[in-house]
Amino acid sequence: MFETLSDRLTSVFTSLRGKGRLSEEDINSTAREIRLALLEADVALPVVRDFIARVKERARGDEVANTRNPAQQVINIINEELVQILGGETREIRFATKTPPTVIMLAGLQGTGKTTLAGKLGKWLAGERNTPVLVAADLQRPNAVTQLQVVGERANVPVFAPQPGNGVGDPVEVARESIEHARHNNHNVVIIDTAGRLGVDSEMMQQAADIRDAVEPDEILFVVDAMVGQDAVNTAQAFLDGVGYDAVALTKLDGDARGGAALSIRHITGRPIMFASTGEKLEDFDLFHPDRMASRILDM
Amino acid sequence: LASDKLDEDTWEEIEDTLVTSDVGVTSASQIVDNLRTKVKVLGSRGADEVRGLLREELLTQINPDLDRVVRTEPHGTRPAVVMVVGVNGTGKTTSCGKLARVLVGDGRSVVLGAADTFRAAAADQLETWGSRVGAPVVRKDEGADPASVAFDTVARASDGDDRADTVIIDTAGRLHTKTGLMDELGKVKRVVEKKSQVDEVLLVLDATTGQNGLKQARVFAEVVNITGIVLTKLDGTAKGGIIIQVQRELGVPVKLVGLGEGPDDLAPFDPETFVDAILE
Ligand SMILES: Nc1nc2c(ncn2[C@@H]2O[C@H](COP(=O)(O)OP(=O)(O)OP(=O)(O)O)[C@@H](O)[C@H]2O)c(=O)[nH]1
Ligand SMILES: Nc1nc2c(ncn2[C@@H]2O[C@H](COP(=O)(O)OP(=O)(O)OP(=O)(O)O)[C@@H](O)[C@H]2O)c(=O)[nH]1
Ligand SMILES: [K+]
Ligand SMILES: [Mg+2]
Ligand SMILES: [Mg+2]
Repeated sequence: MFETLSDRLTSVFTSLRGKGRLSEEDINSTAREIRLALLEADVALPVVRDFIARVKERARGDEVANTRNPAQQVINIINEELVQILGGETREIRFATKTPPTVIMLAGLQGTGKTTLAGKLGKWLAGERNTPVLVAADLQRPNAVTQLQVVGERANVPVFAPQPGNGVGDPVEVARESIEHARHNNHNVVIIDTAGRLGVDSEMMQQAADIRDAVEPDEILFVVDAMVGQDAVNTAQAFLDGVGYDAVALTKLDGDARGGAALSIRHITGRPIMFASTGEKLEDFDLFHPDRMASRILDM
Repeated sequence: LASDKLDEDTWEEIEDTLVTSDVGVTSASQIVDNLRTKVKVLGSRGADEVRGLLREELLTQINPDLDRVVRTEPHGTRPAVVMVVGVNGTGKTTSCGKLARVLVGDGRSVVLGAADTFRAAAADQLETWGSRVGAPVVRKDEGADPASVAFDTVARASDGDDRADTVIIDTAGRLHTKTGLMDELGKVKRVVEKKSQVDEVLLVLDATTGQNGLKQARVFAEVVNITGIVLTKLDGTAKGGIIIQVQRELGVPVKLVGLGEGPDDLAPFDPETFVDAILE
C-alpha cells in the first residue's frame, strides 16, 4: 500500500505526468494527502493549515506547471518548505559575551528529559574544553537532586546541590547562588536543571520566571519530548509567555515518533531547535539537523 | 459549535476538536461520519442536539461498559502482583507511589519493587514514594538484574514477616522500539511468573503523547500482555485522545488517570469526564 507521503502523492499524480499545469482538483487532493500525513506525524493543526496554504500557492505556480514530473516537483516544494520552517542552519550555543559564566537554563513539562539533557550538555561542553557545573534547582520531584548528582557523576561534571530537595529549599536561591559558586570555582558554564511544570500551573511558571530573573540566562532551552501530540502548541506558547526561551531541545528522538512537534513549535514560536536527544545514555546527543527532521516528519 | 446551522464548517469544527485532542485524523473523520449518518437518520438540526449526539458517539467509542477494575486483591496467601510499564518519563514511578497510597489507605499492605535499576536514582525516587505512603521497597544495586529484583519483591511479599496483600513492580522506562529492552521486560514478567501469577500489567501513557501512543501500546501489549492503561498528566492542557484508538484496537481499558504530582492525584478513569474535557 501507499505507506509514505511520497508514495501517496506519486499515486495522486500518476495520470498527470507531463501534462502541464495541475487542475484545482489535483491540487486539492494533494492538499488532502499532505494534511493527512502531517496530522499523522502530530504536526499541530494550525500549523498544518498554514503549511498547506503555502504549498497550494506554490503548486499553482509556474515551477510546477513547467515540469515533466509534477509529483516530484510538489514533493520538492514540500520538503523545501519544511526545511525552511524547521530552520535552515544548525544553531550553536551563544556564550556569554561580557562576564562568564555562560548560563543555560532548562525548562519544560514533566518527564521530557531535562535532567538527562543537563548531563548530556555538561559532558559535551566539557569535551569542548569548557568547565561546566550542573545546578540542582529542581527541589520538588522526589530525588531529582540525587538523580542530577548521579548524572553528574556519570558525565564526570561537578554538580552544585546545596539543598536536599524533596520539597526542601528554594530553587530561586539555589540558582542565584550557583552563579557566585561558578565564579569562585572557575566554571565557565552553568547548566540549571529545573523541575518539570505544566503550562497551566501559574505558580510554577512564576517560579521559572523568578529563576530566570535571578540568573539572567544566556540561553533558555525549552525541552520537548518528540512523542508529544497536538498539545505541543499550547505548551510551547505557555512556556514562551511564562518564562520565554531562546531555543528548543527535542528529546527521545531514538524512538519511532515522527516528531511533528518540531515543525509546530518552530513555526509557532520562531525559536530554533538546537539539540536532538537520541537516547538515555549521556553520549546520545547531537546538534539538530533540520533536513533530517523534514524527511523524518514526512517519511520521505 | 457556535452557529445553529449544520454547514460544512460545523462538521469541520467537530473534526478539528477531535484532532486537536489527539484522537487521530482517521479516527476523527470516522467519528464525524458516524455522526453525520446519525444526524441524517434522526433528522436532527440544532447545534446543541448535534453536540449531544457527539458526546454519545464518543462515549460509545470509549465503551463505558469495559471492566476497569484494577486487580489488587490477594488470593489467599498469595499477594496480587501489579507490574507498571511504559516508555521513558510517562509517570510510572509516580503512579506506583500513588497506587500504593490508595491501597494502603484502604488498609492493605503493599510492597514496592524497584526493578528500574538503570535510570539515575530511580530506586531512590521509589523509596521516597514508599516512605511517603507507607510501603517498604525492595531494591538492589544500580545495574542489578531487574528480573531478580522483581522476583525477590514477590518472594518477600509472599512469606514471612513482610507478607503483603499487593506487590507493585516499577520498571525502567523503555522505548517500544528497543528490542533488547523489550526482551528484558518480557523476561522480568516471566521470572515473576515462576513465583506468582501477574494480576495486572499497567501501561502508563502520558496524555501529552500524540499518535505514537498507539505504537507504544501495540508493542507493550505484545511483549507483556498489558491489562490496563494509566493515563497520566491529565491535569495539563492535553486531552489524551489517543486512548480511543488504543482501547478500540487492543481492547485494553484505561483504568486509572494521573491528575498531578501529589500522592492523592490518582483517580479511576471516568469516561464521561474524559469526553467532557474533549468537548469543553
Ligand atoms: N529513549 C530516550 N530516553 C530519554 C531521552 N532523554 C531522556 N530520556 C529518559 O526519559 C526519562 C525522563 O528523563 P529526565 O531527564 O528525568 O526528565 P526530566 O524532564 O528531568 O523529568 P522531570 O524532572 O520529572 O520533569 C528518563 O527515563 C530518561 O532516561 C532520550 O533522548 N531518549
Ligand atoms: N502534572 C503531572 N505530572 C506527573 C503526573 N504523573 C507523573 N508526573 C511527573 O512526571 C515526571 C516523570 O514521572 P516519573 O514517575 O518519574 O516517570 P517514569 O515513567 O517513572 O519515568 P522513567 O522511570 O524515567 O521512565 C515527574 O516529574 C512526575 O512528578 C501527573 O499525573 N501529572
Ligand atoms: K486535560
Ligand atoms: Mg528532572
Ligand atoms: Mg521511573
